[in-house]
Amino acid sequence: MERKGSVLKKTLAIGMLILLGLYPAVGWSKDVYKIGGIFSITGPSSFLGDPEKKSLEMVVDKINAEGGIDGHMLEAVIYDTEGDPGKAVLAVNKLISKDNVLAIIGPSLTPTTLAVVPIVEKSQVPLISCAAGIKITEPVKPWVFKTAQSDVLAVAAIYEHMKKHGIKKVGIITVENAFGESGKEQLLAQAPKFGLEIVQQESFGAKDTDMTPQLTKLRSAQPDAVICWGTNPGPAVVAKNARQMNLNMPLYQSHGVASPKFIELAGDAADGILLPTGKILVAQQLPETDPQKAVLLDYINTFEKRFEMPVSGFGGYAYDAMHLLADALKGTEGDKQKIRDALEKITGKIGVTGVFNFTAQDHNGLGSDAFVMVKIEKGTWKLLNE
Amino acid sequence: MQELLQYFFSGITNGAIYAIIALGFSMLFNTTGLINFAHGEFVMLGALSMITLWKGLELPLMAAFMVTVVGVSAVGLLLERLAIRSVRKPHPIVLVIITIGASIFLRGVGMLGWGKDAHSAPSFTDHAPFELAGATLLPQTLWILGIVLIIVAGLQLFYRRTLTGKAMIACAISKKAAWILGIPSERMVLLAFAMSAALGGIGGLLITPITMSSYDMGTMLGLKGFCAAMLGGLGSSWGAVLGGVLLGVMEALGVGFFSSGLKDVIAFVLLLLILYVRPSGILGTKAVQRF
Repeated sequence: MERKGSVLKKTLAIGMLILLGLYPAVGWSKDVYKIGGIFSITGPSSFLGDPEKKSLEMVVDKINAEGGIDGHMLEAVIYDTEGDPGKAVLAVNKLISKDNVLAIIGPSLTPTTLAVVPIVEKSQVPLISCAAGIKITEPVKPWVFKTAQSDVLAVAAIYEHMKKHGIKKVGIITVENAFGESGKEQLLAQAPKFGLEIVQQESFGAKDTDMTPQLTKLRSAQPDAVICWGTNPGPAVVAKNARQMNLNMPLYQSHGVASPKFIELAGDAADGILLPTGKILVAQQLPETDPQKAVLLDYINTFEKRFEMPVSGFGGYAYDAMHLLADALKGTEGDKQKIRDALEKITGKIGVTGVFNFTAQDHNGLGSDAFVMVKIEKGTWKLLNE
Repeated sequence: MQELLQYFFSGITNGAIYAIIALGFSMLFNTTGLINFAHGEFVMLGALSMITLWKGLELPLMAAFMVTVVGVSAVGLLLERLAIRSVRKPHPIVLVIITIGASIFLRGVGMLGWGKDAHSAPSFTDHAPFELAGATLLPQTLWILGIVLIIVAGLQLFYRRTLTGKAMIACAISKKAAWILGIPSERMVLLAFAMSAALGGIGGLLITPITMSSYDMGTMLGLKGFCAAMLGGLGSSWGAVLGGVLLGVMEALGVGFFSSGLKDVIAFVLLLLILYVRPSGILGTKAVQRF
């Protein structure tokens, strides 16, 4: 008797719990739009994922405060990939099958994005990646978009700057990972277009402690300038070694180190380094005529006020992605096919990263004006106007 | 010629670091016959503590140096006292596995304490790099080389001239016989652990100005140090130095004359070769047993 009673009690209790769980949903007039977010919030690339997560939450809160989209509130379900492709795949599967999200923003890195692309393509969920790799949107995949500037544009910005300054011969040193390989490919492919010759190419491991031998080899090839392509901490070691060796030639770095962390790691050796970056680092220095200036200043002010930490360009990728998604969500009533189609038709959207003009052939939608060249001077970035 | 010299200098810098790590392996092996795979983590702890104390808290260089060394050797003491001595059947393979476990644990501690980001510190002295025939030599390299030489000489004196040092060697030869003769062998092992950890810590704090430090730096450095110790002959102090410098120079030359991708391959091919051809290493005298 005693046992039976307890089973009954348990069933009742569970039933009550289920009812309680359902209750809020019953009370709302319209469904919540669930948006998935996957970023490398912790791990070596947390400098990307952490501001991205915060920016996404910031935009979602703002849209909800303004009454949501067509009366639907937004809810962001965010998972951490730790920069690991395996974990990214698990998180995306969870977002699609368990959380039933309408669209996914992220991941932060090219390898993690490439790992999840087949899944979103198969289950037909729109994905807006925050990673830079060109392979994400080229060739175009119907359900995959991205907001970060491609390496192509960064390489073009560097090469344009070199051309203007009469540089003819270039030495390159790239990191041995997906970011470095993709950069190397673009550097090699675009050089002839700008009349440049790559006289020496070197590489380094992501955890190497000393790049002097590679730089020595580069120096003996006598280039006019050296381009280093990698993400922290390797490029900071390259900068330090180049300074120690008195490598008397301009050192260009990629947009992968456009963050205060690089200046902190490289210290004095960062001075004089040239790099392409999104406009956010130099928003104050932009001319008033720049269409992005107002959007940039607004983002910087709200972000810094809310999180009390300095803003970085990386958070802007998620900020833009959410704004684009919000535009695309309008009038779709949560139909994924309609969201995708609407995303593809967005033009002239001014974002933090650049001005987006999506087409069926271009799922990144940015032009070369999304990058500006800056020079590191006294621990900060100076916009180069020429 | 200029390139060759530059590769050589770069190799010496890395080699001196490998040497000091190899010394730690060697000195512990000398007393206990044990290979401590958590040694790389002592290097990591040394590097990150140094950054916190010197750059973060702005202690004077010498004070930061001392506190770091004492702190890391205290961790070594704790490791011996809590994890090694409490093993009921101290079979070598069990102890080696314990040290691997300790290395994973310490890496976790490092990650919690210092986060996953890389950190860096300025050079010990503000001297400009030296120019020699077009190649540059870092002042920090001289610091490292100098300290390594002082340590090796000190260790030699310690083993040859002091009673404690001799007692340590006695323990290495036969722990039981040493104990019968009245040598407190347990205390010797404890001391060896503390000294070896201190060496790891010194290695770590010397690297900080040269490269970036992060919680997961220890694994690779530990393995390279182990290679260097094997190469020179496990148990021999001068062998550790020779092995370290040799390994560093070969790596730099490999990068210079072949390909950047080959850097780590060189170290491990060397390790395999030495294990096959001459398991006792270049300067090793002791027969190495397989357990």
